[in-house]
Amino acid sequence: MNLEVTYHKHDALIIGSGIAGLYAALKTSGEVDTAVLSKVYPTRSHSGAAQGGCAASLGNRMEDRWEWHLYDTVRGSDFLGDQDAQELLVREAVPVMYEMEHLGVPFSRTPEGRIDQRAFGGHFGNFGKTPMLRACFAADRTGHAQLHLLYEQCLKHQVRFYNEFYALSLIVKDGICLGAVAWDMNRGGLHVFQAKAVMLATGGYARCWKITSNAHANTGDGLALIMRQGLALEDMEFVQFHPTGVWKHGMLVSEAARGEGGHLTNDKGERFMENYAKEKMELAPRDVVSRAEQTEIDEGRGIAGQDCVHIDLTHLGREKILERLPQIHEMAQKFLGINCIEKPIPIQPTAHYSMGGIPTTLDTEVLADGKEEVLAGLYASGECACVSVHGANRLGTNSTLECAVFGRHGGLRMLDYIRTCPSFEELPGNELDMAREEVEHLLSTAGTKGGVRPVELRERLQETMQKNVAVFRNQEGLADQVKICGELREQYRRVAIDDGARVANTDLIETIELGHMLDYSYMIARCALERTECRGAHWRTDHPGRNDKEWHKHTLAYLKGDEIRLDYKPVTITRHQPEERKY
Amino acid sequence: MQRTFRIFRFNPAEDQEPRYETFTIEVQESWTILDALNEIKWRHDGTLTYRRSCRHGICGSCAMMINGVNDLACEKQVAQIRGTITIEPLKSFPIVRDLLVDQERFFENLRLVKPWLIARTPPPTDKERLQSPEARKLLDGTWQCILCGACTSSCPVFWDNDNFLGPAALLKAFRYVADSRDEGLDARLEALDSKYGVWRCHTVFNCVEACPKALNPTDGIVQLRRRLISEKL
Repeated sequence: MNLEVTYHKHDALIIGSGIAGLYAALKTSGEVDTAVLSKVYPTRSHSGAAQGGCAASLGNRMEDRWEWHLYDTVRGSDFLGDQDAQELLVREAVPVMYEMEHLGVPFSRTPEGRIDQRAFGGHFGNFGKTPMLRACFAADRTGHAQLHLLYEQCLKHQVRFYNEFYALSLIVKDGICLGAVAWDMNRGGLHVFQAKAVMLATGGYARCWKITSNAHANTGDGLALIMRQGLALEDMEFVQFHPTGVWKHGMLVSEAARGEGGHLTNDKGERFMENYAKEKMELAPRDVVSRAEQTEIDEGRGIAGQDCVHIDLTHLGREKILERLPQIHEMAQKFLGINCIEKPIPIQPTAHYSMGGIPTTLDTEVLADGKEEVLAGLYASGECACVSVHGANRLGTNSTLECAVFGRHGGLRMLDYIRTCPSFEELPGNELDMAREEVEHLLSTAGTKGGVRPVELRERLQETMQKNVAVFRNQEGLADQVKICGELREQYRRVAIDDGARVANTDLIETIELGHMLDYSYMIARCALERTECRGAHWRTDHPGRNDKEWHKHTLAYLKGDEIRLDYKPVTITRHQPEERKY
Repeated sequence: MQRTFRIFRFNPAEDQEPRYETFTIEVQESWTILDALNEIKWRHDGTLTYRRSCRHGICGSCAMMINGVNDLACEKQVAQIRGTITIEPLKSFPIVRDLLVDQERFFENLRLVKPWLIARTPPPTDKERLQSPEARKLLDGTWQCILCGACTSSCPVFWDNDNFLGPAALLKAFRYVADSRDEGLDARLEALDSKYGVWRCHTVFNCVEACPKALNPTDGIVQLRRRLISEKL
């Protein structure tokens, strides 16, 4: 098969164009030749779906301190986050938020003209004691505002964009990353990108569940690229289920809806959070609220006995809903035909955010072994990375914050590194092999008879992950899922696509994405099976309680062929020793 | 429930000319047009080509023409439409394949209006700039644009000449010009005051009808004109 190959050279290559990738690009552009490669147009990255806000202890509405934000983040992570990284996150949050305002983000404003701030789950004052308004927001389209702004800034700084290019493999030689190979999604053809430094900012990967808030594009491509180099992934068992997914669809009703005072109610009209987090009620962290909802549903108190409960905004009034939660209002109307000014919205837990990912140092350098060995020239930031600031459970509004802080910080550190590289290293010579083989193989299956249709595998994966690796988990289901993922990976070898064209072959891309999903799902299930305790979003009904003695440690996982090897590393503690987590 | 979809097909690399293909499939009551397209692609014909991502109307990938009207496939409910549903690509953009169009020109036009804050006054070093809620409110209806292209593709002036910046790029220009923090009108004049800028709009309001986010680009263009005139006086 004669695939056209094109070569490019850029000092900095960033894969992914969400808030993390674009912030990194903004910091390297102007200084060194910077390219962003993305499988979507940058403004279509999933950061744009972030709704409710971005946390920073600005103290614009009430006294706040980064130490309080740190405590909330540590406790929210169920003490699995690395506290040095968490401290960097919450301290940098303040200057980064001001920088974003200076760049032009249209934040909502207080009467005094300052950035407005709202309440969010898990964020409190005075070390977990008092209510707190910490989430900086632009109505309920905060991520959209930040993403578009960063894209526009990158245009200003003449970042070279390769839009609708899909990364297929990394180029690694002698422990140094020298670039990546990508497929031009619209024109067809392989592209070799030679770079002095590469950053993976490929986002989240909850597409492997049936009910998910994630975009079709969230297929963990960066993780798969790492796994296929035999490198480590960290804490893959920790995936957050957001409590308020639109029933049956999965897309989000922002947590801002609870921040603004929305109530969760069951079939009897009871505010059931009273029974689960008496003090913080709806503003308990997401893992706590999702378990409460799932318990209500499992015990038959879902609305009309179905797998949903209500979020009720009706008491907030028309004006507040339209001004502060306009997108929620629009979505409920369009997808459920419900006017949330008058009626509650049916919701259910939805697979949302991946706390685990590619292990990095505080400076976003990728750790080859997951522990100490830096893979020179390779960086990762945002949801695909695990630095680890979210540990076992992320707090709302800490995600776009992580993208901004570590995207920015990583960009600056990349720049330092690039300045130490006077020239481009020579490519290994076999850099195309892995990508070419994958594309050629799939294209060669087009139109052949007797192959497996990708949709069959994808649906089985999503349905079984939904059943076995859910809000509540147990040995039997997880062991089953490990086996199923193994079978699906085996069947994937016999997959056949319909489309053999080079031009805009979305069948090809979706099928490569499926391969990525199968690989990392296999890891999620296996890591979840091993961890026999309850911590944050990982809840084992057969192993009640958090077990700090045996499990206060990060999981590391490596794929070799069909085998997964596991290892562990300690959690970094600086200020807060593990304590009981109650809300 | 069975529904019939009549879909525009064209692969310029292989086909002499476009054609329409009809698919009759079983749909569920809650399905959007995107759900139906996915069903067709995944189970019937993997070669069907279109863009999609977020599936809730925020990423702007899946704008297309549905029964002659521009809309987002992920938001438009199948149940809202009677009879056969005809799906075509956005008008006036070059077709890459089927429903997937080339939007390079659209994004290039956006770049030409300098869509970034231009402020000579330095911001405070350790605080945000102040902006009153009233000044901030002037930006509502501008910054929510998702750059899907539905408006620009519905604009007869753009059909005639794609050098016209188009409603999306001009609304973005207005988003910055209207921002109390911005001092960049001068820097944008070259684009806005040119023969492909604000004066070329015929105020036919197609863009207002086409916008899936209920924004009003024409109003933004008219306000930009007023600003340009008052600058000249």
